[in-house]
Amino acid sequence: MGHHRPNVTAMLRYSLKRLTSLLISLAVASLVIFLVIEVAPGDPASFMLGINAQPDTVAALRTELGLDVPKWQRYLDWVGGMLRGDFGTSYTYRTPVAGMIGDRLWVSLPLALFALTLSTAIAFPAGIYAASRRGKPGDVAVMGATQLGVAVPNFWFAMMLVLIFAINLRWFNAGGFVGWDAGFWAGIRSLTLPAISLALPQAAILARVMRSSLLDILGEDFMRTARAKGLSRRQALWQHGVRNALIPVLTIIGLQFSFLLAGSIIIEQVFYLPGLGRLVFQSISSRDLIVVESVVMLLVFSVILVNFLVDLAYALVDPRLRTRT
Amino acid sequence: MNRSLIIGIALSSLVVCAALLSFVWTPYDHTVMDIPAKLQLPGPAHWFGTDHFGRDIFSMIMVGARTSIAVALVAVGIGMVLGVPLGLTAAARKGSWLDEVIMRGNDLVFAFPSLVIAILITAVFGAGAVNAIIAIGIFNIPVFARISRSAALSLWERDFILAARVCGKSGARISLEHILPNVTNLLIVQGTIQFSLGILAEAGLSYVGLGAQPPTPSWGRMLADAQTMVSFAPHLALIPGIAIILTVLGLNLMGDGLRDYLDPRLRISRT
Repeated sequence: MGHHRPNVTAMLRYSLKRLTSLLISLAVASLVIFLVIEVAPGDPASFMLGINAQPDTVAALRTELGLDVPKWQRYLDWVGGMLRGDFGTSYTYRTPVAGMIGDRLWVSLPLALFALTLSTAIAFPAGIYAASRRGKPGDVAVMGATQLGVAVPNFWFAMMLVLIFAINLRWFNAGGFVGWDAGFWAGIRSLTLPAISLALPQAAILARVMRSSLLDILGEDFMRTARAKGLSRRQALWQHGVRNALIPVLTIIGLQFSFLLAGSIIIEQVFYLPGLGRLVFQSISSRDLIVVESVVMLLVFSVILVNFLVDLAYALVDPRLRTRT
Repeated sequence: MNRSLIIGIALSSLVVCAALLSFVWTPYDHTVMDIPAKLQLPGPAHWFGTDHFGRDIFSMIMVGARTSIAVALVAVGIGMVLGVPLGLTAAARKGSWLDEVIMRGNDLVFAFPSLVIAILITAVFGAGAVNAIIAIGIFNIPVFARISRSAALSLWERDFILAARVCGKSGARISLEHILPNVTNLLIVQGTIQFSLGILAEAGLSYVGLGAQPPTPSWGRMLADAQTMVSFAPHLALIPGIAIILTVLGLNLMGDGLRDYLDPRLRISRT
C-alpha cells in the first residue's frame, strides 16, 4: 500500500452509504429495545405508588410520566427526546435520566478508554515480539500466556487483583471511586485495578490477532522485496510489516470497545464503582425501566457508532474497500 | 493428534465427567449446610474445603459444572440451529435483498453484547438460567451466520457446485447436500470456541445475578458469594475461578487442536 491521495468523491459516497445504514440500524435497534421493554408486565405508575394508591392519583401520575398516550406516540416521544438529549424522568428518583446517566458515564467511559489503552499498549509489543520470534521460546511463552489470558474471567481476575494489591499490599483501595474532583491522578488511581482486570483478557486476544496478522504480512512478496532492497529484518518489520498488519487489528479494537463497555458493567460490581453498570442493576431491581431502556440504548448506540467509525477508518487506510459494499 | 488436542480433550472430558458424575454421586449433598464446619480449608474431609454455610465446595463445583455446560451447550445449539441456515441462505442468494436483510440483521444483533441482551430480558422477565441461555444463544446466532456464509461463498465458486447446478438442483438443495457437509468441520471448531465463550459468559452473568438463581449452584454465583470473604477465605474465590479457567482453557485447546487436526487451512474468528 503506497502513498495515495484519497479519492474524495468515492470516500464521500462511501461515508454517506455507511451513514445511512448507521441511521437505519439505530432506528431498528431503538424500536427493538422499546418493544422488549413494552412487553414488561405491570404499570410503572401503580408500581411507584404502591398497592394502596387511589385510582385518580395513579391516573394523574400516568399523565405526568406520559404513559397515557398510544404506544407509537410514546416511542416517537422517547426517540425525539433522546435526539434532544432528554431521556425522560426516572420512575424511582423523579430526576432526569439524562443527568443520572451523565454522572455515571464519567466513570464508565474513562474506565473503558483506560482499559482499551492498556490492552493496546500490552498487546502490540507482545504480538510483534511473538511474530518476530516465530516458533522460538519467546513466541511460545507469549502464546501460552495469551492462551491463559483468554481463559481467565475478568471479574475473577479483578478479585485476585484486589486480594493481592488492595488487601495484602495496600497499594490501592479495594473499591469505590474517589471522583474526579479529588484530582485527575486520584481518579486514575481508583480506576487502575478495574482497568487492568478489564484490559488483560482483551490484550490476550489482541496480541494473538496482532501476531497472526503480522505473520500473514511477513509471508507477502513485498516483504521479500523490502529485504531485497537492503532493509534489515527489523526495518522491514517496522516500516512495512506492522503498518499493514494494523488493518485486521483495527477491527478487533473496534469490537473490543463494545466488550469493554459491557465488561465494565460487570467489573463495576467487583469494585463498587458508581458507573452505568450499577445504575442498570439498581434500576432493574426497582423496576425503573425507563432508565434500563435508556442505558441499553446508549450502550447499543456506542457499539454501532464505534463500528461505523472503524468502517470509515478502514476505507481511509485501504481505498479498495470503498468500492465494495 | 496434536498436543493441544490431547490436553484439550483431557481437560474438557474431566469437567464433563464431573458434571455427569454429579447426577449420581457427589462427596456430600451440595445443599446441606453444616455451620460448625464452615470455611474449612481444603483437607481430607472436604477436598476443596467448605463455604460460609459449611457446604462442601467440591460437590458444589461438580454440580456447578452441570449448569455451566448446560447453559453454554444449549446456547451454542441455538446459535447453530438459527445461524447456520441464515448464513447458508444468504450465501445461496448472494447479492439479493434477502442476503442484504440477513447480513444487516446480523450486524444489528452484533451490536447487542450478550450482557446487554441479558439485562433487557431480566428487566422484563426476571433473572434465571434460561435468560442466560437465551442471551448467549442470541449472541451466537450472527457468529454462526457470518462464518457459514463466508465459508459457503467460497464453496459456491467451486466446480463441484457448478456441476450440481448443471444437474438442476435448487439452491436450498445444494446448500443442504453439498455446502453443509463441507462446512461441518468449520462449524465444529467454531462451536467449541463459542462453547468456551459461553462458559465465560454464563459465569459473568450469574456473577452479577442475571444468570442461575439459588439454589441452582453455578460457578459465577459461588464467586459472587466469595467476594466479601476473599480476604480471610481466598479458597472460596480461587477454586471456582480455577474451575472456570481449566474448563475454558480445555475447550480452547480442543478447538485449536481440532482446527489443526481437521483442516489446517481453516480460518476461525476468535473474538
